[in-house]
Amino acid sequence: MPRGLAEVSEIDLSCRLPLLVLFISAAKWLVIGWIFELIGSLKFHNPGFLADYSWLTYGRVHPAFTNAVVYGFCVQAGLGVMLWLFAQMGGVALANRWLVTVGAIIWNLGVTVGIIGILAGDSTGFEHLEMPGYASILVFIGYLAIAIWAAVTLHERRRRELTASHWFLFTALFWFPWIYSTANLLLVSFPVRGVAQAVIAWWYSQNLLVTWLGLLGLGTLFYFIPKLSGRDLHNHYLALFAYWILVMVAGWGGIPASAPVPAWMPAISAVASVLSVLGAIAVGLNVCHTLGCSLRPVRGLPQLSFLVFSGCAFVLAGVMRAASALLVTEQTLRLTWFGPAVQLLDYYGFFAMAGFGAIYVILPRLLGVSFPWPKLVRVHFWVSAIGVLLVVVPFAICGAIEEARLDAAQPFVTIMRSSMVFLRISTMGDLLILLGHVLFLANLTGAVVGFYRLRARTAYSVLTADLFKPAGARP
Amino acid sequence: MNFGPIIFLVAFFGLCCSWLGLVLTPQIQIGRLQQTNTIPAGVVYPVQRPGLARQGLAVYRANGCQYCHSQQVGQTGTICDVVLTDAGTNETSTLVALRKVRPSFSEAQDRQLLAGLPKTIREGITKEAADAAVKVINASGAKATAWIVPVGPDIAEHWGARRTVAEDFLFDYPVLPGTQRVGPDLANVGMRLPDANWQLRHLYAPRSVVKDSLMPPYRFLFEKRRIGRSPSPDAVNLPPELAPEPGYEIVPNPEGSALVAYLLSLRASEPLFDAPLSVAEATTASTNAPAQATTSTNAPAK
Repeated sequence: MPRGLAEVSEIDLSCRLPLLVLFISAAKWLVIGWIFELIGSLKFHNPGFLADYSWLTYGRVHPAFTNAVVYGFCVQAGLGVMLWLFAQMGGVALANRWLVTVGAIIWNLGVTVGIIGILAGDSTGFEHLEMPGYASILVFIGYLAIAIWAAVTLHERRRRELTASHWFLFTALFWFPWIYSTANLLLVSFPVRGVAQAVIAWWYSQNLLVTWLGLLGLGTLFYFIPKLSGRDLHNHYLALFAYWILVMVAGWGGIPASAPVPAWMPAISAVASVLSVLGAIAVGLNVCHTLGCSLRPVRGLPQLSFLVFSGCAFVLAGVMRAASALLVTEQTLRLTWFGPAVQLLDYYGFFAMAGFGAIYVILPRLLGVSFPWPKLVRVHFWVSAIGVLLVVVPFAICGAIEEARLDAAQPFVTIMRSSMVFLRISTMGDLLILLGHVLFLANLTGAVVGFYRLRARTAYSVLTADLFKPAGARP
Repeated sequence: MNFGPIIFLVAFFGLCCSWLGLVLTPQIQIGRLQQTNTIPAGVVYPVQRPGLARQGLAVYRANGCQYCHSQQVGQTGTICDVVLTDAGTNETSTLVALRKVRPSFSEAQDRQLLAGLPKTIREGITKEAADAAVKVINASGAKATAWIVPVGPDIAEHWGARRTVAEDFLFDYPVLPGTQRVGPDLANVGMRLPDANWQLRHLYAPRSVVKDSLMPPYRFLFEKRRIGRSPSPDAVNLPPELAPEPGYEIVPNPEGSALVAYLLSLRASEPLFDAPLSVAEATTASTNAPAQATTSTNAPAK
């Protein structure tokens, strides 16, 4: 640990409080979420595990996990990174940091209430929108309290030019309240009739996990990868092309082929999934060429490794989604473990990894201290990367096998029994990921504690400087 | 690149399109869906689930059953069978017609066939071919009908007779078609496994009825109580190793009863205009009628 506090710029200083609240609570939610995931995963080894407690049944811990990760970590960390980027890229201090902090606290309160509600059996039942109505109001207010000041910061920027990152982040800023309010109004407050509910739920899920996280994640990647590798973004227009695809096409995906709805909806979704692969390829090319098509710039920079991994995961998720849409067997493939594999790649392999990379860069700058255990950053990268692969790859293979066996009209119980080996491997992956999150949280809190200890020590030495002066020096 | 308002307009337009396309249009098209009639019986479908089953849907939602069970049977297409129902009075002309319809069979086989009707004479052909065959047979004075049979991996698993359609969820809130199948599809579980006590026992101790089941036991939906004057009709039939001590019985609590009522009300298999299917005429078309105990009851889940 360095002896003293490094100089912190005024911009970073303005972001310090709200971002610390956002990042530390995000890391905390990640640990909580993965504990739920681990409980859920262990139930596949032994269905009787914790089965007698209604609040720990699989159907409750699973949504508690996805909500803790998506709303607790992804959105929260994403907002933090967005605030910092708007301030940093605009060369202006964060507007109204106190209200932003209050917003972050309300957001966390909302997520806490929501997850307790889910565990208590109050879930709405719609995937990725499970938090009950009373919690979503808090979440929404919290978001608005943060987003308004993000928009004001963007508006007040001193460097007027807008980069590709600005496009992505600014769009994400108002995309979330739109989809979140639509879904909550039409599904929870004034529910529409019949299967239109399911369509809206799929639309929301797709727009949140693919479009919104895509916008935020890519905005982060296109800023940090050039910055950290010390090269310029390879092609600005390629980035904008990915933006157009994300905004215009990706929001149409998400309706599965097996859905009991008029056929044009799944058809248009399949077209959108296939077209979206162009965006994924554009991102892949851009990231690759920015790094000079070699992994040399990544060496010695674990933060950059996170970001590059995230870019690769984005491409892979896009390709997997397009491939499954093109297959004739898409109807049943989507309902196997293949679906969760792609989803995990979206919000964890892509988004959370980008978030880790960005937070590891931003946090030391906010505090002016470096991490207490810098080597653990590298360990965290490897543990998370291997962990996520250990979940995604077995799930995808398991899904493909399940699908093939279902097509061969084998009895379902036999098919499920054969999937057990893959689920066991995925539990190993979950354990590794959880370990990574504990390291992440430890490093973050360690840095904050170290910072306050240094500050206290400095303040103490300033206060007591007089006392220890030689007697003669006193006036 | 410095076009702030333009970014806003572009993004706004993109979001608007997707919102109009997948929120507003579905609401216009299927959000105002009305009840329909079954074909050919002409019975109103669907009818509201009974009150207890509606409470059961809330239990289903609260415990997140939809994360492991879908309610969307898919089908890859339909095929037709031709069924000979009546040989008519002119056996010779019927035999001639039969030879035309299925030239690969011998006359002796055809004669044998006429002995016990109805019999399926062609299987797995297209609707056009089936209609043509029916026309030939009917012209000879005999009677044949074309049977529409949906096919696909889900149907082969016996999860339903036809694909699930929008009407099946008309009165449900929330609509939970599910996204993953860790367990079997439940769109027709009330048809497939209509025995309430089987369902209760399965919820209480899944592995006692389905070997190697991955489903966790839901014992919090049950309570153990002392047997009163006579055993409760709802008491779960348990094998000796799971049964409570003598004088006690395991009965579902209100949530457990509601959940089973909901499961038994899942019977999405009526023939509809958008999901055609031929059914025997004797079948009643009402959907939420209590389960008929005609099918075998304790068969393991397929």
